[in-house]
Amino acid sequence: MTVRLVVVSHSEKIADGAVELAAQMAPDVVILAAGGTADGRIGTSLEKVMSALDQAAGGDGVVVLTDLGSAVMTAESALELVEEPAGVLLADAPLVEGLVAAAVAAQGGADVKAVKRAAEAVYGLGPDVAVASPVLAASTVTEGSVTGPGPDFTGDFELVNEAGMHARPAAKIAGGLASLNAEVMVNGVDGASMTSLMILAAGKGSVLHIEAWGPDAERALNYVGGLVQAGFGEP
Amino acid sequence: MVLDVNWAVRWLTLCAQAMAEHRVWLIELDRAIGDSDHGENMDRGFQAVLEKLAEAQPETPGAALKLTAMTLMSKVGGAAGPLYGTAFLRASTALGDAAEIDPGSLADALVAARDGIVARGKAESGDKTMVDAWTPAAEAAQAAVADGTGTVLGVLVAAAEAAEAGAVATDPLVARKGRASYLGERSAGHRDPGAASSALILRAAVGAAA
Repeated sequence: MTVRLVVVSHSEKIADGAVELAAQMAPDVVILAAGGTADGRIGTSLEKVMSALDQAAGGDGVVVLTDLGSAVMTAESALELVEEPAGVLLADAPLVEGLVAAAVAAQGGADVKAVKRAAEAVYGLGPDVAVASPVLAASTVTEGSVTGPGPDFTGDFELVNEAGMHARPAAKIAGGLASLNAEVMVNGVDGASMTSLMILAAGKGSVLHIEAWGPDAERALNYVGGLVQAGFGEP
Repeated sequence: MVLDVNWAVRWLTLCAQAMAEHRVWLIELDRAIGDSDHGENMDRGFQAVLEKLAEAQPETPGAALKLTAMTLMSKVGGAAGPLYGTAFLRASTALGDAAEIDPGSLADALVAARDGIVARGKAESGDKTMVDAWTPAAEAAQAAVADGTGTVLGVLVAAAEAAEAGAVATDPLVARKGRASYLGERSAGHRDPGAASSALILRAAVGAAA
Protein backbone atom coordinates (compact mmCIF):
# COMPACT_ATOMS: atom_id res chain seq x y z
CA MET A 1 0.00 0.00 0.00
CA THR A 2 1.22 3.46 -0.79
CA VAL A 3 0.08 7.03 -0.46
CA ARG A 4 -2.04 8.16 -3.41
CA LEU A 5 -1.94 11.51 -5.15
CA VAL A 6 -4.57 13.80 -6.66
CA VAL A 7 -3.71 16.63 -9.07
CA VAL A 8 -6.11 19.59 -9.28
CA SER A 9 -5.43 21.95 -12.16
CA HIS A 10 -7.40 24.54 -14.14
CA SER A 11 -6.46 22.64 -17.26
CA GLU A 12 -7.25 19.04 -18.03
CA LYS A 13 -4.11 18.86 -20.16
CA ILE A 14 -1.88 20.17 -17.37
CA ALA A 15 -3.33 17.67 -14.87
CA ASP A 16 -3.06 14.74 -17.27
CA GLY A 17 0.43 15.74 -18.39
CA ALA A 18 1.71 16.16 -14.83
CA VAL A 19 0.31 12.74 -13.93
CA GLU A 20 1.99 11.20 -16.96
CA LEU A 21 5.33 12.78 -16.05
CA ALA A 22 5.19 11.69 -12.41
CA ALA A 23 4.02 8.19 -13.29
CA GLN A 24 7.24 7.69 -15.24
CA MET A 25 9.22 7.97 -12.03
CA ALA A 26 6.70 6.32 -9.74
CA PRO A 27 5.04 3.51 -11.68
CA ASP A 28 3.37 1.92 -8.65
CA VAL A 29 1.79 5.06 -7.22
CA VAL A 30 -1.89 5.78 -7.89
CA ILE A 31 -2.05 9.34 -9.24
CA LEU A 32 -5.41 10.80 -10.25
CA ALA A 33 -6.00 13.87 -12.37
CA ALA A 34 -8.82 16.35 -11.69
CA GLY A 35 -8.19 19.02 -14.32
CA GLY A 36 -10.55 21.48 -15.95
CA THR A 37 -14.32 21.63 -15.65
CA ALA A 38 -16.75 18.78 -16.28
CA ASP A 39 -17.58 20.25 -19.70
CA GLY A 40 -13.93 20.54 -20.74
CA ARG A 41 -13.32 24.24 -20.08
CA ILE A 42 -10.51 25.90 -18.15
CA GLY A 43 -11.44 25.96 -14.46
CA THR A 44 -11.88 23.62 -11.53
CA SER A 45 -14.83 21.47 -10.59
CA LEU A 46 -15.75 20.23 -7.14
CA GLU A 47 -17.41 17.22 -8.79
CA LYS A 48 -14.18 16.18 -10.48
CA VAL A 49 -12.10 16.72 -7.35
CA MET A 50 -14.56 14.80 -5.16
CA SER A 51 -14.62 11.94 -7.66
CA ALA A 52 -10.80 11.76 -7.72
CA LEU A 53 -10.67 11.83 -3.91
CA ASP A 54 -13.25 9.10 -3.83
CA GLN A 55 -11.18 6.90 -6.15
CA ALA A 56 -8.03 7.66 -4.17
CA ALA A 57 -9.60 6.64 -0.85
CA GLY A 58 -8.71 3.31 0.73
CA GLY A 59 -4.91 3.60 0.48
CA ASP A 60 -2.52 4.93 3.08
CA GLY A 61 -3.75 8.48 2.69
CA VAL A 62 -3.96 11.03 -0.09
CA VAL A 63 -1.86 14.10 -0.88
CA VAL A 64 -3.48 16.74 -3.12
CA LEU A 65 -1.43 19.04 -5.35
CA THR A 66 -2.96 22.12 -6.97
CA ASP A 67 -2.13 24.92 -9.36
CA LEU A 68 -3.45 28.51 -9.09
CA GLY A 69 -6.08 30.26 -6.95
CA SER A 70 -9.41 28.57 -7.42
CA ALA A 71 -7.81 25.11 -7.66
CA VAL A 72 -6.64 25.59 -4.08
CA MET A 73 -10.08 26.85 -3.03
CA THR A 74 -11.90 24.00 -4.75
CA ALA A 75 -9.56 21.47 -3.15
CA GLU A 76 -10.11 23.08 0.27
CA SER A 77 -13.88 22.97 -0.28
CA ALA A 78 -13.64 19.30 -1.20
CA LEU A 79 -11.68 18.62 2.00
CA GLU A 80 -14.57 20.15 3.97
CA LEU A 81 -16.93 17.68 2.33
CA VAL A 82 -15.04 14.35 2.22
CA GLU A 83 -16.03 11.67 4.70
CA GLU A 84 -12.55 11.06 6.12
CA PRO A 85 -10.66 14.34 5.83
CA ALA A 86 -7.96 13.19 8.26
CA GLY A 87 -6.19 11.06 5.67
CA VAL A 88 -6.23 13.78 2.99
CA LEU A 89 -3.53 16.45 3.01
CA LEU A 90 -3.24 19.48 0.78
CA ALA A 91 0.36 20.22 -0.23
CA ASP A 92 1.43 23.84 -0.70
CA ALA A 93 3.89 23.21 -3.49
CA PRO A 94 4.57 24.02 -7.14
CA LEU A 95 2.42 21.60 -9.11
CA VAL A 96 4.89 19.82 -11.38
CA GLU A 97 7.98 19.78 -9.18
CA GLY A 98 5.93 19.07 -6.07
CA LEU A 99 4.06 16.24 -7.73
CA VAL A 100 7.22 14.55 -8.96
CA ALA A 101 8.84 14.83 -5.54
CA ALA A 102 5.66 13.53 -3.86
CA ALA A 103 5.37 10.65 -6.31
CA VAL A 104 8.98 9.61 -5.75
CA ALA A 105 8.48 9.74 -1.97
CA ALA A 106 5.26 7.71 -2.24
CA GLN A 107 6.98 5.19 -4.49
CA GLY A 108 9.66 4.81 -1.82
CA GLY A 109 7.02 3.97 0.77
CA ALA A 110 6.91 7.28 2.66
CA ASP A 111 3.83 7.96 4.81
CA VAL A 112 1.26 10.63 3.97
CA LYS A 113 2.94 13.40 6.02
CA ALA A 114 6.35 12.60 4.53
CA VAL A 115 4.89 12.69 1.02
CA LYS A 116 3.38 16.12 1.70
CA ARG A 117 6.74 17.29 3.13
CA ALA A 118 8.57 15.97 0.07
CA ALA A 119 6.29 18.05 -2.16
CA GLU A 120 6.64 21.17 -0.04
CA ALA A 121 10.42 20.78 0.34
CA VAL A 122 10.63 21.74 -3.32
CA TYR A 123 9.92 25.35 -2.28
CA GLY A 124 12.90 27.52 -1.45
CA LEU A 125 15.39 25.27 -3.18
CA GLY A 126 16.42 27.82 -5.76
CA PRO A 127 20.09 28.16 -6.72
CA ASP A 128 20.73 30.63 -3.84
CA VAL A 129 19.71 28.14 -1.20
CA ALA A 130 21.55 25.30 -2.86
CA VAL A 131 24.75 27.32 -2.85
CA ALA A 132 24.22 28.64 0.65
CA SER A 133 23.48 25.40 2.47
CA PRO A 134 26.89 23.66 2.14
CA VAL A 135 28.58 26.88 3.29
CA LEU A 136 26.30 27.04 6.32
CA ALA A 137 26.96 23.41 7.11
CA ALA A 138 30.72 23.98 6.93
CA SER A 139 30.66 26.95 9.29
CA THR A 140 28.63 25.13 11.93
CA VAL A 141 30.99 22.18 11.76
CA THR A 142 34.07 24.34 12.43
CA GLU A 143 32.38 25.94 15.42
CA GLY A 144 31.48 22.46 16.56
CA SER A 145 28.61 23.56 18.76
CA VAL A 146 25.29 23.09 17.01
CA THR A 147 25.74 19.93 15.01
CA GLY A 148 25.19 16.49 16.46
CA PRO A 149 27.71 13.69 16.32
CA GLY A 150 29.42 13.02 12.99
CA PRO A 151 27.90 10.67 10.46
CA ASP A 152 27.77 6.95 11.24
CA PHE A 153 28.98 6.08 7.74
CA THR A 154 30.58 8.08 4.98
CA GLY A 155 31.74 7.29 1.49
CA ASP A 156 32.86 8.97 -1.75
CA PHE A 157 31.65 7.72 -5.10
CA GLU A 158 32.41 8.99 -8.59
CA LEU A 159 29.59 9.45 -11.07
CA VAL A 160 30.40 7.17 -14.01
CA ASN A 161 27.29 7.45 -16.20
CA GLU A 162 27.40 9.88 -19.14
CA ALA A 163 24.51 12.06 -18.02
CA GLY A 164 25.59 12.31 -14.38
CA MET A 165 23.02 13.33 -11.82
CA HIS A 166 19.74 14.05 -13.61
CA ALA A 167 16.09 13.40 -12.87
CA ARG A 168 16.04 9.61 -13.03
CA PRO A 169 19.12 8.97 -10.87
CA ALA A 170 17.91 11.59 -8.38
CA ALA A 171 14.52 9.86 -8.27
CA LYS A 172 16.18 6.48 -7.68
CA ILE A 173 18.31 7.78 -4.81
CA ALA A 174 15.55 9.80 -3.16
CA GLY A 175 12.95 7.10 -3.72
CA GLY A 176 15.05 4.32 -2.20
CA LEU A 177 16.13 6.42 0.78
CA ALA A 178 12.54 7.27 1.65
CA SER A 179 11.96 3.72 2.87
CA LEU A 180 15.16 3.51 4.95
CA ASN A 181 15.49 4.71 8.52
CA ALA A 182 18.47 6.92 7.85
CA GLU A 183 19.37 10.57 7.34
CA VAL A 184 21.57 10.90 4.29
CA MET A 185 23.39 13.96 3.01
CA VAL A 186 24.82 13.98 -0.51
CA ASN A 187 27.38 16.76 -1.00
CA GLY A 188 25.63 18.65 1.80
CA VAL A 189 22.05 18.32 0.55
CA ASP A 190 19.24 16.06 1.71
CA GLY A 191 19.54 12.75 -0.17
CA ALA A 192 15.82 12.08 0.24
CA SER A 193 14.98 15.23 -1.72
CA MET A 194 14.99 14.58 -5.43
CA THR A 195 14.99 18.29 -6.22
CA SER A 196 18.00 18.97 -3.99
CA LEU A 197 19.92 16.20 -5.69
CA MET A 198 19.10 17.60 -9.11
CA ILE A 199 20.17 21.07 -8.07
CA LEU A 200 23.65 19.67 -7.34
CA ALA A 201 24.01 19.54 -11.12
CA ALA A 202 26.79 16.96 -10.68
CA GLY A 203 28.14 15.76 -14.03
CA LYS A 204 30.09 12.65 -15.02
CA GLY A 205 33.36 12.44 -13.05
CA SER A 206 32.02 14.43 -10.09
CA VAL A 207 32.49 12.81 -6.70
CA LEU A 208 29.48 12.44 -4.42
CA HIS A 209 30.34 12.67 -0.73
CA ILE A 210 27.77 10.62 1.18
CA GLU A 211 27.16 10.98 4.91
CA ALA A 212 24.62 8.73 6.63
CA TRP A 213 23.15 8.71 10.14
CA GLY A 214 20.70 6.34 11.81
CA PRO A 215 19.92 2.62 12.17
CA ASP A 216 19.92 2.03 8.39
CA ALA A 217 22.93 4.28 7.73
CA GLU A 218 25.14 1.50 6.39
CA ARG A 219 22.42 0.15 4.12
CA ALA A 220 21.69 3.67 2.90
CA LEU A 221 25.36 4.26 2.09
CA ASN A 222 25.60 0.93 0.26
CA TYR A 223 22.38 1.68 -1.59
CA VAL A 224 23.54 5.06 -2.86
CA GLY A 225 27.09 3.87 -3.51
CA GLY A 226 25.82 0.83 -5.40
CA LEU A 227 23.60 2.94 -7.62
CA VAL A 228 26.34 5.47 -8.38
CA GLN A 229 28.98 2.83 -9.15
CA ALA A 230 26.56 0.98 -11.41
CA GLY A 231 25.95 4.23 -13.29
CA PHE A 232 22.29 3.96 -12.30
CA GLY A 233 21.99 1.28 -14.96
CA GLU A 234 22.70 3.91 -17.63
CA PRO A 235 25.50 4.12 -20.22
CA MET B 1 -43.62 37.98 4.48
CA VAL B 2 -42.45 34.49 5.35
CA LEU B 3 -38.99 33.29 4.35
CA ASP B 4 -39.59 29.63 3.62
CA VAL B 5 -38.40 27.27 0.91
CA ASN B 6 -40.64 28.99 -1.65
CA TRP B 7 -38.87 32.26 -0.93
CA ALA B 8 -35.49 30.50 -1.27
CA VAL B 9 -36.43 29.05 -4.65
CA ARG B 10 -37.75 32.45 -5.82
CA TRP B 11 -34.51 34.04 -4.64
CA LEU B 12 -32.33 31.58 -6.53
CA THR B 13 -34.54 31.94 -9.61
CA LEU B 14 -34.13 35.72 -9.45
CA CYS B 15 -30.37 35.23 -9.01
CA ALA B 16 -30.32 33.21 -12.22
CA GLN B 17 -32.31 35.92 -14.00
CA ALA B 18 -30.02 38.64 -12.69
CA MET B 19 -26.90 36.76 -13.82
CA ALA B 20 -28.39 36.22 -17.29
CA GLU B 21 -29.39 39.89 -17.55
CA HIS B 22 -26.06 41.21 -16.28
CA ARG B 23 -23.88 38.59 -17.94
CA VAL B 24 -22.31 41.00 -20.43
CA TRP B 25 -21.84 43.72 -17.80
CA LEU B 26 -20.05 41.29 -15.47
CA ILE B 27 -17.90 40.05 -18.35
CA GLU B 28 -16.91 43.65 -19.12
CA LEU B 29 -16.09 44.39 -15.48
CA ASP B 30 -13.98 41.25 -15.35
CA ARG B 31 -12.31 41.96 -18.68
CA ALA B 32 -11.04 45.26 -17.28
CA ILE B 33 -9.25 43.73 -14.30
CA GLY B 34 -9.52 39.94 -14.50
CA ASP B 35 -9.91 37.12 -16.98
CA SER B 36 -13.36 38.16 -18.32
CA ASP B 37 -15.12 34.93 -17.42
CA HIS B 38 -17.12 36.04 -14.38
CA GLY B 39 -20.41 36.82 -16.17
CA GLU B 40 -20.20 33.65 -18.21
CA ASN B 41 -19.37 31.52 -15.16
CA MET B 42 -22.07 32.99 -12.91
CA ASP B 43 -24.72 32.67 -15.62
CA ARG B 44 -23.80 29.06 -16.27
CA GLY B 45 -23.60 28.28 -12.55
CA PHE B 46 -27.04 29.67 -11.69
CA GLN B 47 -28.67 28.07 -14.74
CA ALA B 48 -27.36 24.76 -13.41
CA VAL B 49 -28.77 25.66 -9.97
CA LEU B 50 -32.24 26.11 -11.52
CA GLU B 51 -32.04 22.67 -13.12
CA LYS B 52 -30.98 21.06 -9.84
CA LEU B 53 -33.73 22.83 -7.89
CA ALA B 54 -36.35 21.56 -10.34
CA GLU B 55 -34.99 18.00 -10.04
CA ALA B 56 -34.46 17.81 -6.30
CA GLN B 57 -37.35 19.93 -4.97
CA PRO B 58 -35.74 20.80 -1.61
CA GLU B 59 -38.06 21.08 1.38
CA THR B 60 -36.32 23.73 3.49
CA PRO B 61 -34.45 26.96 2.73
CA GLY B 62 -31.29 25.34 4.12
CA ALA B 63 -31.62 22.39 1.73
CA ALA B 64 -32.13 24.73 -1.24
CA LEU B 65 -29.00 26.69 -0.30
CA LYS B 66 -26.93 23.53 0.16
CA LEU B 67 -27.95 22.30 -3.29
CA THR B 68 -26.97 25.71 -4.65
CA ALA B 69 -23.59 25.51 -2.92
CA MET B 70 -22.72 22.11 -4.35
CA THR B 71 -23.87 23.09 -7.84
CA LEU B 72 -21.94 26.37 -7.92
CA MET B 73 -18.76 24.64 -6.71
CA SER B 74 -19.09 22.07 -9.47
CA LYS B 75 -20.26 24.23 -12.37
CA VAL B 76 -18.87 27.76 -12.09
CA GLY B 77 -15.24 26.85 -12.78
CA GLY B 78 -13.54 30.07 -11.64
CA ALA B 79 -12.75 31.31 -8.14
CA ALA B 80 -16.38 32.42 -7.73
CA GLY B 81 -17.39 28.73 -7.60
CA PRO B 82 -15.72 27.76 -4.33
CA LEU B 83 -16.25 31.26 -2.88
CA TYR B 84 -20.01 31.47 -3.47
CA GLY B 85 -20.27 27.73 -2.87
CA THR B 86 -18.73 28.12 0.57
CA ALA B 87 -20.95 31.15 1.28
CA PHE B 88 -24.15 29.24 0.45
CA LEU B 89 -22.91 26.14 2.27
CA ARG B 90 -22.14 28.03 5.49
CA ALA B 91 -25.47 29.89 5.27
CA SER B 92 -27.22 26.56 4.81
CA THR B 93 -25.48 25.13 7.87
CA ALA B 94 -26.45 28.21 9.91
CA LEU B 95 -30.11 27.80 8.93
CA GLY B 96 -30.18 24.07 9.69
CA ASP B 97 -33.46 22.38 8.84
CA ALA B 98 -35.72 25.27 9.91
CA ALA B 99 -38.77 25.62 7.69
CA GLU B 100 -38.91 29.40 8.15
CA ILE B 101 -36.21 31.98 8.73
CA ASP B 102 -36.59 34.68 11.42
CA PRO B 103 -34.68 37.99 11.31
CA GLY B 104 -32.04 36.82 13.79
CA SER B 105 -31.20 33.60 11.97
CA LEU B 106 -31.24 35.48 8.65
CA ALA B 107 -28.55 37.83 9.95
CA ASP B 108 -26.62 34.86 11.36
CA ALA B 109 -26.75 33.14 7.97
CA LEU B 110 -25.46 36.26 6.20
CA VAL B 111 -22.61 36.53 8.71
CA ALA B 112 -21.81 32.82 8.22
CA ALA B 113 -21.79 33.32 4.45
CA ARG B 114 -19.40 36.26 4.78
CA ASP B 115 -17.17 34.30 7.17
CA GLY B 116 -17.10 31.41 4.68
CA ILE B 117 -15.96 33.70 1.86
CA VAL B 118 -13.24 35.19 4.07
CA ALA B 119 -12.07 31.73 5.20
CA ARG B 120 -11.95 30.41 1.64
CA GLY B 121 -10.48 33.42 -0.18
CA LYS B 122 -8.43 34.89 2.70
CA ALA B 123 -9.28 38.42 1.57
CA GLU B 124 -9.86 41.31 3.95
CA SER B 125 -12.04 44.38 3.69
CA GLY B 126 -10.53 46.84 1.23
CA ASP B 127 -8.80 44.19 -0.91
CA LYS B 128 -11.28 44.93 -3.74
CA THR B 129 -13.09 41.60 -3.62
CA MET B 130 -16.59 40.32 -2.90
CA VAL B 131 -15.76 40.68 0.81
CA ASP B 132 -16.24 44.43 0.29
CA ALA B 133 -19.90 43.76 -0.50
CA TRP B 134 -20.49 40.95 2.02
CA THR B 135 -18.96 42.52 5.12
CA PRO B 136 -21.10 45.70 5.02
CA ALA B 137 -24.11 43.52 4.14
CA ALA B 138 -23.57 41.19 7.12
CA GLU B 139 -22.97 44.13 9.46
CA ALA B 140 -26.06 46.00 8.21
CA ALA B 141 -28.14 42.85 8.70
CA GLN B 142 -26.90 42.49 12.28
CA ALA B 143 -27.59 46.18 12.96
CA ALA B 144 -31.13 45.86 11.56
CA VAL B 145 -31.77 42.96 13.93
CA ALA B 146 -30.13 44.68 16.90
CA ASP B 147 -32.39 47.73 16.90
CA GLY B 148 -35.36 45.42 17.47
CA THR B 149 -37.49 46.70 14.61
CA GLY B 150 -35.98 44.44 11.96
CA THR B 151 -38.41 42.32 9.98
CA VAL B 152 -36.96 39.74 7.61
CA LEU B 153 -37.68 42.12 4.73
CA GLY B 154 -36.00 44.96 6.63
CA VAL B 155 -32.90 42.81 7.18
CA LEU B 156 -32.77 41.81 3.51
CA VAL B 157 -33.15 45.42 2.34
CA ALA B 158 -30.44 46.61 4.74
CA ALA B 159 -28.08 43.88 3.51
CA ALA B 160 -28.76 44.55 -0.18
CA GLU B 161 -28.30 48.31 0.16
CA ALA B 162 -25.06 47.89 2.09
CA ALA B 163 -23.77 45.39 -0.49
CA GLU B 164 -24.58 47.77 -3.34
CA ALA B 165 -22.81 50.65 -1.58
CA GLY B 166 -19.88 48.33 -0.81
CA ALA B 167 -19.63 47.25 -4.45
CA VAL B 168 -19.62 50.86 -5.67
CA ALA B 169 -16.95 51.65 -3.09
CA THR B 170 -14.59 49.12 -4.70
CA ASP B 171 -14.24 51.39 -7.77
CA PRO B 172 -11.24 53.41 -6.55
CA LEU B 173 -9.55 50.55 -4.69
CA VAL B 174 -6.33 48.87 -5.75
CA ALA B 175 -6.81 45.08 -5.78
CA ARG B 176 -4.79 43.05 -3.31
CA LYS B 177 -6.32 39.61 -3.96
CA GLY B 178 -7.24 37.52 -6.97
CA ARG B 179 -6.31 37.94 -10.60
CA ALA B 180 -6.85 41.72 -10.46
CA SER B 181 -4.01 42.09 -7.95
CA TYR B 182 -1.53 41.33 -10.75
CA LEU B 183 -2.54 44.69 -12.26
CA GLY B 184 -1.57 46.67 -9.16
CA GLU B 185 -2.44 50.39 -9.47
CA ARG B 186 -4.11 49.81 -12.83
CA SER B 187 -6.92 47.92 -11.07
CA ALA B 188 -8.15 51.24 -9.59
CA GLY B 189 -11.06 52.90 -11.42
CA HIS B 190 -12.96 49.65 -12.06
CA ARG B 191 -15.67 47.95 -10.02
CA ASP B 192 -14.79 44.54 -8.65
CA PRO B 193 -16.87 41.96 -10.56
CA GLY B 194 -17.28 39.69 -7.51
CA ALA B 195 -18.55 42.57 -5.37
CA ALA B 196 -20.91 43.52 -8.23
CA SER B 197 -22.36 40.00 -8.54
CA SER B 198 -22.66 39.76 -4.74
CA ALA B 199 -24.80 42.91 -4.73
CA LEU B 200 -27.01 41.40 -7.48
CA ILE B 201 -27.47 38.23 -5.41
CA LEU B 202 -28.47 40.13 -2.27
CA ARG B 203 -30.80 42.44 -4.25
CA ALA B 204 -32.49 39.32 -5.68
CA ALA B 205 -33.15 38.16 -2.10
CA VAL B 206 -35.17 41.36 -1.55
CA GLY B 207 -37.05 40.88 -4.81
CA ALA B 208 -38.02 37.35 -3.76
CA ALA B 209 -39.45 38.66 -0.48
CA ALA B 210 -41.25 41.73 -1.85
